[in-house]
Amino acid sequence: MVEYLLCVVLLMIGVYCVAVKKNLIKIIIGLVIMEYAINLLIVVVGYRRGGMDPIADPAAANAIYVDPLAQTFALAMIAVGLATTVTMAAIAMRIYDRYGTFDITKIRKLKG
Amino acid sequence: MNVLPIFILLPLGAGFIMLLSHRLGKRLPDFIANAAVFFLVLMAFSLYFFRTPGTVMIYKAGCLPVNIGVNLVLDGLSHLLLLTVNLVAFLITFYSVQYMERYTKAEKYFSLLLLMVAGMNGVVLTGDLVSLFIFMEIAAISGCALVAFGTESEELEAAFKYLVMGSVASIFILFAFIMIYGLTGTTNMADISQSFPGNAGHAKILITLLLFMGFGTKSAIIPFHAWLPDAHPAAPAPISAMLSGVLIKALGIYALVRIFFNVLGMTPQLSNIFTTLGVISLLVGVIMALGQWDFKRLLAYHSISQIGYVMLGLGLATPLGILGGLFHLFNHAIFKPLLFLAAGSVEYSTGTRQLKELGGLRRKMPVTANMSLAASLAISGIPPFNGFWSKLFIVIACIQAGKLWLAFAAVIGSLLTLSSFMKIQKYVFFNELPDRLRNVKESPWMMLSSMSVLALLCLAIGLFFPIVVSFLINPAVISVAGGISYGRLILGGF
Repeated sequence: MVEYLLCVVLLMIGVYCVAVKKNLIKIIIGLVIMEYAINLLIVVVGYRRGGMDPIADPAAANAIYVDPLAQTFALAMIAVGLATTVTMAAIAMRIYDRYGTFDITKIRKLKG
Repeated sequence: MNVLPIFILLPLGAGFIMLLSHRLGKRLPDFIANAAVFFLVLMAFSLYFFRTPGTVMIYKAGCLPVNIGVNLVLDGLSHLLLLTVNLVAFLITFYSVQYMERYTKAEKYFSLLLLMVAGMNGVVLTGDLVSLFIFMEIAAISGCALVAFGTESEELEAAFKYLVMGSVASIFILFAFIMIYGLTGTTNMADISQSFPGNAGHAKILITLLLFMGFGTKSAIIPFHAWLPDAHPAAPAPISAMLSGVLIKALGIYALVRIFFNVLGMTPQLSNIFTTLGVISLLVGVIMALGQWDFKRLLAYHSISQIGYVMLGLGLATPLGILGGLFHLFNHAIFKPLLFLAAGSVEYSTGTRQLKELGGLRRKMPVTANMSLAASLAISGIPPFNGFWSKLFIVIACIQAGKLWLAFAAVIGSLLTLSSFMKIQKYVFFNELPDRLRNVKESPWMMLSSMSVLALLCLAIGLFFPIVVSFLINPAVISVAGGISYGRLILGGF
């Protein structure tokens, strides 16, 4: 149970970082932390107690394997997370070109 | 032969070829984009004659059995969304050819647009939660890049806000999907609908909350709407039309409906959440729209309000309510792009979209003015335009369900919509012509013809609504109202 809780704690650290920090780069880092928490959660959900690598071994007929599907999802989600992070970093760079700052309290042309 | 993968592969392939082809000819990217999307519209329409009503078309990726592998599934609801997405995308691509002459790098614009279409087609066709998530991210990230396409300060700021909120929403959605996977051991939607444990209790409540937060942000219903009024005005006009017309529906409403009605099963509590959020969005969206002086920002707030109508209709969960909700979804995908394209046409000719700087354009731009008038009448629910019938269905469904105050709120929302569109008509097209707009010219023919087709559709759907309802909407209603028998339908065929 405690490993699930730790994943949620990590997720909450990311949410705190996104919600409170004023620097664009720190917001991006907060999102990356949230993605890591979720990827960790995926792998933990797929774990079986005492499980081995998910490679079929004909010698051990009664072996328990960890869930390979969950690990595949984690890989796919890392790729999706990369795309998001790269897009955000590119936009943050262009914002720095325009405003000369990463501080979101100074980037306020929209009324929002 | 199964044609379903073409809806994803063709726009993906065309999008990448386009980046290479622009060296061969300046007009080649425009042509490839239009041809590809036109082909998809024809195919989505002709599939109505090949799919027997009440059945599903399934494409199995690989040779895995249908309850394990990743499938593409075409049922009534997917088909309605598929036709809507591709039809609107085609008219917008056609419009963009001349609109984008003001920008550089048109081939990158069309490439991102096709990527977005591929993502949305994937979302509506897939039968698997993880691939739904991946297609959703494809559409959302390319949509965000398109919002930032002009790379001016406001556009970058709006795009960053959109991307941060969208990513947090995606992470919540993924959290919910993992919990579903942990409970059932599968990501196949048909399989989940049959094997979701009835005694999940607290876990199901958490899943519901996470999904509402996530998909609510994607579809911009009221407590989660903050990105939309910034992102829609900042984007180029055709992209505003695309975001408002189909993206928030394919990514938000479609996914909510599919998961809550067909996968997890609808309950009276969920129905109350749907209708309450719907009514709040409907009223607050239109009241915030009344005070806006930016043409596109005003329209963006109306998107929130109209999505509220769709949520309200669907949330009643009676056949007539679902019919009204889905019909309004389809109608909104016709008239809201038309309004954004008209706003784009005004901005193209005059260079401004502040209502107070415009006026009297009816004499200078008669076609744009009339198309915008048609769309304004349609969105305010004036007969015989299409918006009238879908709003009428929703109001009647509210009364039938015994919820009079919901019907009252829907009528009040419609009146406020009418008044804010009278404001647009007065300040942009009637009033006095300011001196600096003496030399304004009408927009080029491709923009006008794309707008005319949408305006004709508004009128034609309104006049022939029984045909449209029985041909397009009813199959979708059957598959939504079928609830979790969706899973049996898919698994039973094999």
